Amino acid sequence: MSGVQVETRRETARAGTAVSVLDRWGHQLQRLPLHLVIIIFIAIWIVPTIGLIVNSFRNVQDMSNAGWWSALFPPHGFSLDSYNQVLQTENVATSIFNSVLITVPATVIQLAIATMGAYAFAWMKFPGKDIFFIVIVGLMVVPIQMTLIPVLQLFHTFGLAGTFIAVWLAHSGYGLPFEVFLLRNYLGGLPREIFESAEMDGAGHAVRFLRIAVPMTIPAIASLTIFVFLGVWNDLLVSLTFLGSSPNRPFTVVITQLVTSLGGGWQFLTAAAVLQMSLPLAVFIFLQRYFVRGITSGSVKG
Amino acid sequence: MDQIITAAVAVVGVPLVLLGYIILGERVIERLPDHLQTWIRPYFWALPAIGFATIFMVYPLIRTVFLSFRNNADTDWVGFNNYVYFFTFPDTLTSLRNSLLWLVFYTLFAVGLGLIIAILLDRVRYESLAKIAIFLPVPISAVAASIIWKFMFDYQPPGSVQTGTLNAALGAFGGQPVAWLVNSTTNNPALIFVGVWSITGFCMVIISASLKSISTEVLEAARMDGANELRIVQLIVTPLLWPTITVVGTTMIINALKTFDIVFVLTSGAYDTDVIATQMFRQLATHHLSRAAAVGVVLFLAIVPLLVVNIRRFQQQEETR
Repeated sequence: MSGVQVETRRETARAGTAVSVLDRWGHQLQRLPLHLVIIIFIAIWIVPTIGLIVNSFRNVQDMSNAGWWSALFPPHGFSLDSYNQVLQTENVATSIFNSVLITVPATVIQLAIATMGAYAFAWMKFPGKDIFFIVIVGLMVVPIQMTLIPVLQLFHTFGLAGTFIAVWLAHSGYGLPFEVFLLRNYLGGLPREIFESAEMDGAGHAVRFLRIAVPMTIPAIASLTIFVFLGVWNDLLVSLTFLGSSPNRPFTVVITQLVTSLGGGWQFLTAAAVLQMSLPLAVFIFLQRYFVRGITSGSVKG
Repeated sequence: MDQIITAAVAVVGVPLVLLGYIILGERVIERLPDHLQTWIRPYFWALPAIGFATIFMVYPLIRTVFLSFRNNADTDWVGFNNYVYFFTFPDTLTSLRNSLLWLVFYTLFAVGLGLIIAILLDRVRYESLAKIAIFLPVPISAVAASIIWKFMFDYQPPGSVQTGTLNAALGAFGGQPVAWLVNSTTNNPALIFVGVWSITGFCMVIISASLKSISTEVLEAARMDGANELRIVQLIVTPLLWPTITVVGTTMIINALKTFDIVFVLTSGAYDTDVIATQMFRQLATHHLSRAAAVGVVLFLAIVPLLVVNIRRFQQQEETR
């Protein structure tokens, strides 16, 4: 097929530009099915989100009278009613705030501990190290469902049930295996000579870790931070289990409870969904490069 | 207000405490005799991470297995009763069947569509823009994605205005509206599709990165020899991508088995859409702890083969490091 194209291209080059344009059209026409298929895929992946965003700017009455597409034509009837209604709904405003108070500390705690543990696994020798690390690799895929009951009981025993501290700790425990694994691979890839020469100069492990290892690992820690942060922000199961009925429950839990408790009139939750996903989408759009690099270098579980 | 203070204390305090732990700990360790130093130091450094992993994963894992053989009040052994319940009760069997559906179709479509889209987009100039569109659902939470699709699947009785995108489209072609999430032949495929929609971009990005690493010379040579595009994909591209496809595939299988959010938000497991994870949560929420534990163990056992595969792959990577 492409052999023929090469031939025709050579001929058209001789025949002049008019034919060349026609030929290029012909070539594009041949590729029309390809473009069509791609456009259909793009539509399937983007239209549902657009529909939700459009709907979130309509009032509930309009939403149940006509589909979101009708707002694309005048009279649009755009309004902020749904946003007002959502923010006035009991628990919603607090829960957005809770989400922030859960996500930031949980992210900081687990990354701090993971970096320290990863350093030990990357640059120290100790008996049982390989076995410990294999256990960590194994724990990366253990479903957290397997741990919920005993952890819940632990929290009750220590009076932590329903507190922020409980979810910070739980998120940290669940996230650590993967983070230690990834950071250990990154730290282990740093040049040995740097650490050795620092040791010769009399720098102890504390100095080597804080002055060399941590600054050199910043790129990995940064992209990991994005994913850990979004992972906790988007989490439902952990918070639902440990904070399900607590006033400290985050946005995702409150949205879910509203969806399942409201029979009709749930449509105003479009605004809640848009608010909930605006942070991840903003992070994705502004930090796109780190995002894709992070995924392709294996820094995400999926 | 108190909560903000607690959170601020945690954000600043935890790194500070760790810093103090490192500096003070090292000061003590450095005073010890050499042989004791080399023995203690690594454990001192790895302790916080290992401690967390032990408290939140290893201990609960063992305890869950233990609980699954106990009665609900944890006062007596009941043998395999909780498992017998799981494998004989119709509701739990349905959840098992649905998890198998997820396992097969979610994995197949997520990886398959990721592969197809990566290959197609490799051939057009607007590739990066199109990739953004396909990737867009990935950062969106399952909760928000479920609300997005609640609107797509929305159903009104025949005769009334269809505000759901799919049913409106069906109506435009003269079809009857379908109650996507209630009808037992469409609800599981619909839920699985929401899962696929959310993750395809992830598969696509990884497969595409691997696709870019295939040398263009090999492909050009095949084209020169007169191979058509389909043959090239079949005989050259797919085999070269196979290692990547298996890695992405294992991740998707694990995802499929753990599926919880989408089912919980969209149907709460009603109309025979329960999966193992939602079943487990329901047992937990209704205080059937030992049954919930048994369901958890079943889920874990399903994942064990993949766990072994992951460890093997890790060991191979270590040998070539």
